[in-house]
Amino acid sequence: MRADAKPGVLMAAPYAAFLLVFAAYPVLFALALVFMRWDLVTDPTFAGLDNLQLLAVDARFWRAVANTFVFLAIHLPLQVATALTLALALNRPLAFRAFWRASFFLPVVISGAVVAILWNALYATDVGLINKVLVKLGGSPVPWLTDPSLAMASIAVMVTWKNVGFYVVIYLAGLQYIPRSVQEAIELDGATTWQRFRHLTLPLLLPQTILVVTLSTINGFQLFIEPYVMTGGGPLRRTFSVVLYMYTNAFSYQKMGYAATIGVALALIIGAVVAIQRRLIGTAEAQ
Amino acid sequence: MKPLARVAIYVALGIAAITFIYPFLWMASSTLKSSAEFGSLALIPDQPTLENYRTMWSRAPFGRALLNSIVVAGTITASVLVFGSITAYALARLNFPGKRALNAATIGVLLVPGQLTLIPLYTLIVQAGLIDTYAALITPYLFNATAILMLRQFFLQIPQSLIDSARMDGMGEMRILFTIFWPLSRPPLAIVAIFTFMGSWNEVLWPLLVVRDQHIMTLPQLLTVFALGGGAGTLGVSLAAAMVLVVPVVIAYMFLQRYFIESMAGAGVKG
Repeated sequence: MRADAKPGVLMAAPYAAFLLVFAAYPVLFALALVFMRWDLVTDPTFAGLDNLQLLAVDARFWRAVANTFVFLAIHLPLQVATALTLALALNRPLAFRAFWRASFFLPVVISGAVVAILWNALYATDVGLINKVLVKLGGSPVPWLTDPSLAMASIAVMVTWKNVGFYVVIYLAGLQYIPRSVQEAIELDGATTWQRFRHLTLPLLLPQTILVVTLSTINGFQLFIEPYVMTGGGPLRRTFSVVLYMYTNAFSYQKMGYAATIGVALALIIGAVVAIQRRLIGTAEAQ
Repeated sequence: MKPLARVAIYVALGIAAITFIYPFLWMASSTLKSSAEFGSLALIPDQPTLENYRTMWSRAPFGRALLNSIVVAGTITASVLVFGSITAYALARLNFPGKRALNAATIGVLLVPGQLTLIPLYTLIVQAGLIDTYAALITPYLFNATAILMLRQFFLQIPQSLIDSARMDGMGEMRILFTIFWPLSRPPLAIVAIFTFMGSWNEVLWPLLVVRDQHIMTLPQLLTVFALGGGAGTLGVSLAAAMVLVVPVVIAYMFLQRYFIESMAGAGVKG
């Protein structure tokens, strides 16, 4: 047995070492940094609870958290509705089925940086494609990214567009497990399309819906490149995001302790929000 | 289905497909328009010009960034495939002390949000003196927990008799992995390769932290810095720069879309 262990140890050792350096150490050091002040130039000093106290009253941090909830309030229903609609449309024998699916998935494979730059151009007030079409249809140009009450909604729509193909694939996988015979049986019972959707399809797709909501929520809290490229967090900080604030603290202000504190707080907030969502969706379904 | 409903479905799908594809076509056509014509709805420019591409190419080192992206994403992908397979093989088929702990740690890693470790990793790279190096872009991604879990799952299903007879022939474990397991594992290896390469190719937050020298920047970072820093000047030039990043991906996607979808959707769910 002793001799047997040698190849296994040798083959697993590099990964174990990697995990220690790039996973275990950063997690522990993140917690240590919460109690430190460090500009990366001079030696770190003990900061006690200063970072936590600052975070508790930091209007910019809480503004970013509030912005994320605004984002999620628009993004989550939109994401679930569009993904479910497209998946239901695709879930039947169709010509060019692979093409439809591939076209919905196209934005998923494109870098977030490119999508942000592309939509910056699509949303441009004067030369953007969207306003050009609006004007052509007889409307007037809309300041998508420069109106404070509109900017976050514009970003939420863009992120929905970018990710919907991904969630369509998740829903399609779930729909495969609803047997055709069950659908036909309920149809014979005289159920309308809406009744069938409400009482059969939707409940059976609950695991997929929870997954879509969870992943979109985590994704929403990671919002960075979109405001970084498109709005710089403006107008009036309305699109300012938590990761953008963390990045600014680390990269521009050299406040490692405070940046890490934001990271830890963000991880805790994500965990709490996802746990609450799962509870809510579970209870709503039970009723 | 009634014929009318059938038509309605195709019309709806067509409109949806246009919503996803048309912006990219508009982007491609906009890069070929002069600034006077920019923003027109026509997909075919009246007077096509390569001016945007010339400006973009002369103002920032995009050729170099393309090379950097290929080197960084290529190295990470090779490492995740080779070292990830070695790890997965040990976790799936060999016995050694600490195996259960390592399996548990691999799943644990997937539960840790990236924002938690971002700043400590950044300070680690700064202290190691790796700012503005390829090493800074590559080392944190040399292993991938999702890839290891996927490969391990697949390796578990390969019959033990193949290993036993290979050992009887005097083959070492590494040779068994690369001459017997790898040829049998093309589908999972392809899936891992695609999501690893795409993840690295599209990554922008990490490079923005650890690279400041334009000559080490990968494409998405240089593109972001270029579009934001005013280097581009016009939207047409920004979009032309974005095309360098998009065109290789779209070409690969057209040929391998099934694998892309399976790979990126699968990794996202498990990761």
